[in-house]
Amino acid sequence: MKRVVIGAATLAGAGVAMARWLASRHRPPTPVKDPQEHTRWLGVTINRQPEDISRQGRLPQPLAGLDVEVRMNKAPGDRGTELYARPREPMPIGAAAVMARLRGDDPRQMVRKALREAKCIIETGELLEPDRPFATTRPTIPGRVLDVAIGRAPGEGRL
Amino acid sequence: MKALCWQGVNELSVERVPDPEILNAQDAIVRVIATTTCGSDLHLLGGYIPAMRAGDVIGHEFLGEVVEVGPEVRRHKVGDRVVVCSIIGCGRCWQCQHDMWSLCENSNPKSGLTDELWGGSTAGIFGYSHAMGGFRGSHAEYARVPFVDYGAFSVPDGVDDISAMFTSDSAPTGWMGADLGGVKPGDVVAVWGCGAVGQMAARAAMLLGAERVIAIDRFPERLAMTSRHVGAEVIDYTTTDVTAELRERTGGRGPDVCIEAVGMEAHSPGVEYRFEKAKQQLRIELDRPFAVREAIFACRKGGSVFILGVFAGAVDKFPLGAMMNKGLTVRGAQQHGHRYIPMLLDRVARGELVTSYLATHEMSLDDAPLGYDLFKNKKDGCVRAVFRPGM
Repeated sequence: MKRVVIGAATLAGAGVAMARWLASRHRPPTPVKDPQEHTRWLGVTINRQPEDISRQGRLPQPLAGLDVEVRMNKAPGDRGTELYARPREPMPIGAAAVMARLRGDDPRQMVRKALREAKCIIETGELLEPDRPFATTRPTIPGRVLDVAIGRAPGEGRL
Repeated sequence: MKALCWQGVNELSVERVPDPEILNAQDAIVRVIATTTCGSDLHLLGGYIPAMRAGDVIGHEFLGEVVEVGPEVRRHKVGDRVVVCSIIGCGRCWQCQHDMWSLCENSNPKSGLTDELWGGSTAGIFGYSHAMGGFRGSHAEYARVPFVDYGAFSVPDGVDDISAMFTSDSAPTGWMGADLGGVKPGDVVAVWGCGAVGQMAARAAMLLGAERVIAIDRFPERLAMTSRHVGAEVIDYTTTDVTAELRERTGGRGPDVCIEAVGMEAHSPGVEYRFEKAKQQLRIELDRPFAVREAIFACRKGGSVFILGVFAGAVDKFPLGAMMNKGLTVRGAQQHGHRYIPMLLDRVARGELVTSYLATHEMSLDDAPLGYDLFKNKKDGCVRAVFRPGM
């Protein structure tokens, strides 16, 4: 019985986490829906000088492969360079936006992922690969929910 | 290879899993010589860290031998005996270059999860859930070590495996609490929790010049161990009013520095324990912060509280009023181990820091589920169970 309760609580927790993740633009501590949600620049700060990031005017990979607007400026102090990007294509809204995020083809997910990857490549020389998954000994429902969250994680977050 | 896998809440099993491979040019493969349980693993076992998948390999505090290196590895070679920091740091982002390695910005390929949860992503950690990168843990015959030039440290000749292994996580975590908590000569320091991390924090406080160190726990054998090996004064919180006792021992001031080394599954002798545990089980509250509350209340005015115990989310009844009105400095972090490990290995080599006594139980990897049973339930005086895959 205890295991059933714990399992149900875990599943509920995973569900709540997923719902919060999907509804992240509406949650405290910023309860006001961001009126600029679809036009905001997404940014990373890279621990390099601007000339190390855009060599001869070329965008860093994998950002160069996306249809994005890009800008950058020197970061304050010794923090390097702020690199910003946002998709040129129109953003899905409402239910279409939720479905796009679940499918993993929301344009902003792709930009976030590309910015993180560009930062890692520029700073370390390579993109860190996660350990490869191997067959789990027991597929579980919370595990499947988690798989969706893990799969979308590189493109999600507060970037 | 064999590995200890998390299968669900309070379920562990030793399984055959594929050997790790070099996936990045800066990786190494390490044959695990010794790997130990950690109190933070118990949060995985208890299901309090939600991003675990059945079959995940756990373990993060270990020592081993380099058996394969990627083409871009410069500082290590096959055959090196190394202690590996539990935190993965790239060494080149702004955070790593400012010695805040657990905030590395490039070592967690799944950083969106913690970014979303905490408003900022944190470093990858071996064997500590997909929120921390989903890296396989060290309770296995082999481990892949990303950014090995930064995260692995050659062990000096003359330092034994077990002594060195504890500089992977528990010793640097404890040291960080004393160091970043601001311990200075003449201070009175109180440490909540007499597990390995708490004992190392107490020892670090002494080595940094604290005049008195007072450690707090409820297990007689841990209190005795802390008294005997660390030389700290001890308080059993099940039989003593801790805040009153601390006031009396400090001329009414309270400790200058309070170090919390307990975490999200803290106990309390009061009725509030059952209430908060129920809230935690129902995910109404993610963490039980009894020790943090007590540390903030006990700390002297203008003092410092450092939170070493692992917390995941929100807590209720956080004493913000005490913190603000007493002018406290409250800090916390996952360990910035890379910052301390070389120094700690030197201190171990010189005999200033003794760690091997923490290994109360040694066994083969096959017996790891038994080891966790001993460790989780504090059976047979277990402080740390150490697994030797080659045994």
